Amino acid sequence: MTSNNKKELLLEMKNIHIDGFSDERWHKILKGVDLNLYRGEILGLIGESGAGKSTMGKAAMGYTQPGCKIIKGEILFNGTDLAKLTEFEKRKIWGTKISYVAQSAAASFNPAHRLMDQTISAANRAKINSTEVLRKDAVQLYESLQLPDAENIGERYPHQVSGGQLQRIMTAMAMSPRPELIIFDEPTTALDVTTQVEVLSAMRSIVDKFNTAAIYITHDLAVVAQMADRIKVLRYGEEVEESETREMLSNPKEEYTKSLWSVRSLIKPEETNEDYMLSIKNIDAAYGSSKVLHNVSVNIPRGKTVAIVGESGSGKSTTARVITGLLPQTKGEIIFDGKKLSPKLEQRSKEELRRIQIIFQMPDTAMNPKQTVDEIIGRPIEFYHGVKGKEREAKVIELLKMIELDESFLDRLPSELSGGQKQRICIARALAANPDLIICDEVTSALDQIVQEGILKLLQKLQKDLGVTYIFITHDIATVKAISDEIVVMYQGKVVEQGLKSKILNPPHPDYTELLLSSVPEMDPDWLTNLLNKRSS
Amino acid sequence: MSNVFQGDFGSSFSGRSKVQGDQGDRSRLVVELIIPRLKNTLFLTGVSALVAIPLALLLGISAALYRNSVYDRSATGFSLVTVSSPEFFTGYIFILLLATLFPVFPTIANVNEDTSLIDRFYLTALPVFTLTLVTMGHMMRMTRSAIINILSSEYIEMAKLSGATRYEVIVKHALPNAWAPIAQVITINLAYMLIGSVVVEFVFNYQGIGRLMVGSVYNRDIPVVQACALIFASTYVILNLLADLIGIISNPRLLYPK
Repeated sequence: MTSNNKKELLLEMKNIHIDGFSDERWHKILKGVDLNLYRGEILGLIGESGAGKSTMGKAAMGYTQPGCKIIKGEILFNGTDLAKLTEFEKRKIWGTKISYVAQSAAASFNPAHRLMDQTISAANRAKINSTEVLRKDAVQLYESLQLPDAENIGERYPHQVSGGQLQRIMTAMAMSPRPELIIFDEPTTALDVTTQVEVLSAMRSIVDKFNTAAIYITHDLAVVAQMADRIKVLRYGEEVEESETREMLSNPKEEYTKSLWSVRSLIKPEETNEDYMLSIKNIDAAYGSSKVLHNVSVNIPRGKTVAIVGESGSGKSTTARVITGLLPQTKGEIIFDGKKLSPKLEQRSKEELRRIQIIFQMPDTAMNPKQTVDEIIGRPIEFYHGVKGKEREAKVIELLKMIELDESFLDRLPSELSGGQKQRICIARALAANPDLIICDEVTSALDQIVQEGILKLLQKLQKDLGVTYIFITHDIATVKAISDEIVVMYQGKVVEQGLKSKILNPPHPDYTELLLSSVPEMDPDWLTNLLNKRSS
Repeated sequence: MSNVFQGDFGSSFSGRSKVQGDQGDRSRLVVELIIPRLKNTLFLTGVSALVAIPLALLLGISAALYRNSVYDRSATGFSLVTVSSPEFFTGYIFILLLATLFPVFPTIANVNEDTSLIDRFYLTALPVFTLTLVTMGHMMRMTRSAIINILSSEYIEMAKLSGATRYEVIVKHALPNAWAPIAQVITINLAYMLIGSVVVEFVFNYQGIGRLMVGSVYNRDIPVVQACALIFASTYVILNLLADLIGIISNPRLLYPK
């Protein structure tokens, strides 16, 4: 990024209005947003879901998703207005001058073709070079993205490589025709923190190397701080503010931007006791023949919150399944409130079932879409407590109040609720059983930062009022800091360590905890650089 | 049972005929009865398949390509009509139009072993049209919906954003992932053609295995009915197996382990 290049305007989007069609009517998605991007510069676009950031990113290519249309505005790329070009003309620019890196690499690769063919397809179509040369170049790109076995990895199919590798291969695919602009649309959102660091550093170095301009879309401020020169904040389809990264982080002007920062400040004083609500001892568990839990022992103190952290595949959710009896363990025992629980769900008494409840990650799929809120919350009340009629209704309303909603929600279907409201209803459903232990399986992962904060506060309040015990499964360290008393770190189906929050989060750490904690992005533009320097030394 | 695999379906009850005068009555072997009829039916089905399958694929793909256009709507509408009309109805319509009003083709597809290939094509034209029309709609609609289903995948959007043309998106990116469902519906229709030819053969008085079976039922000729049923049943099994194989071969996830 030389200062010389910065002067030259590459992309200029003026007064962009985009409408989208859903629920039988047109909605405004973008309401007049401007955007300037200079050659070799990286612009970060952040906002919550529904802010219009993805739509904006795609509009930068002159593309809108089916069901959306550009109402007004100019998209000047190298002086040509993309909004006025025909499909045929735009196709010549897509994939060669501007390329796109999507959020979910696993879904964005065609399962029927080999990775190499997909990597070079755009460059090949534009006949930028012979297939031979392009293949060699792709291997070099793989190498500079630090992919293992760069020579041969392209011969594999998408399902044969990991998510982090796929995301890097997609970056190679975007880079293969040497575009002038790359749109990164939440490229690391679906990845574990430890993988995210590798992907971020690989993407940053390759964008630097070829001096490509980029738009980096994300909802994670700490991530965008590592990548972008400038940051633009969007909300409800409008621009909130824009400034240089350092300026933005140290001195945000708008209230909304500040609120994005403050989310991570939620802190809970830690407490613990020796009275265990639940102990699991030397548990082994397996899916078919593949063993996923090895000798796991965890103690959950009564009325406290224990966070289980680890990356995907570490066995956190499996542990939850074993506790609830959905997956009987092959070895070890579960002691719940002083009594041994039988491994199989069918052999547990109704009372035992009532006392352990679970809340899932995706509220969308965890509720029956054809049932109203009243039915969803009322059913466990009827089932466990045998309460019917007026009494039941009073209880449902009481629960709704507890989760900070009111009786106007009774007749709504899940599809008529927002993401945060859905998760609240799931919490109320768990509370309806009047449980002693609630397992929260990544309950905030699918939610926006601000909504997350609301849910976490609610959970804390409920714990204070009702004295329930939580097992909080998450991969997000910020959430852990906010809510837990004790932390259990898991890796590859084993417990790395368990202890008080202050003990786990402060050095000295076992190697894996160190790696995990240091991979969590911080609100410091130099964090990634410093981390990589530290790791390489 | 083992005899069946060696081509011995036993003897027919009927069709007794004097063989070499003084040797007395001999019943005819079921195989002898069935083989020429089966050949005829296979010819009819084969020709129909050769017409119907490429046509259905072509129509299905092009309908998906120009989704919601006038062309797409009329193609799907037309296919709905043809799928819903029974074979005998379609058959008689063809007889009315192409044999009676405009006598282009014969009403009766009367072939025997000496009929030349060209004559066979000419004679079987109407039954082939009928079978094609009855099965094509189903295959076409399936092809169309399998492709459209895939068109909403993220990798299709990705392909579009990397500059792929509409044709490329459908043929290179969507079609390879649609083979499994398409193969399923094609084989089901092949089996249907073979067995559904019972009606068509009757309408056009074609000497196929379907007519043989119906005739044998009239005559209480159990061994022949048994053999026909066995052939029909195994056709279904074999064709379904074939569809599953195509499904596996076209899906790298199943072909290459992790």
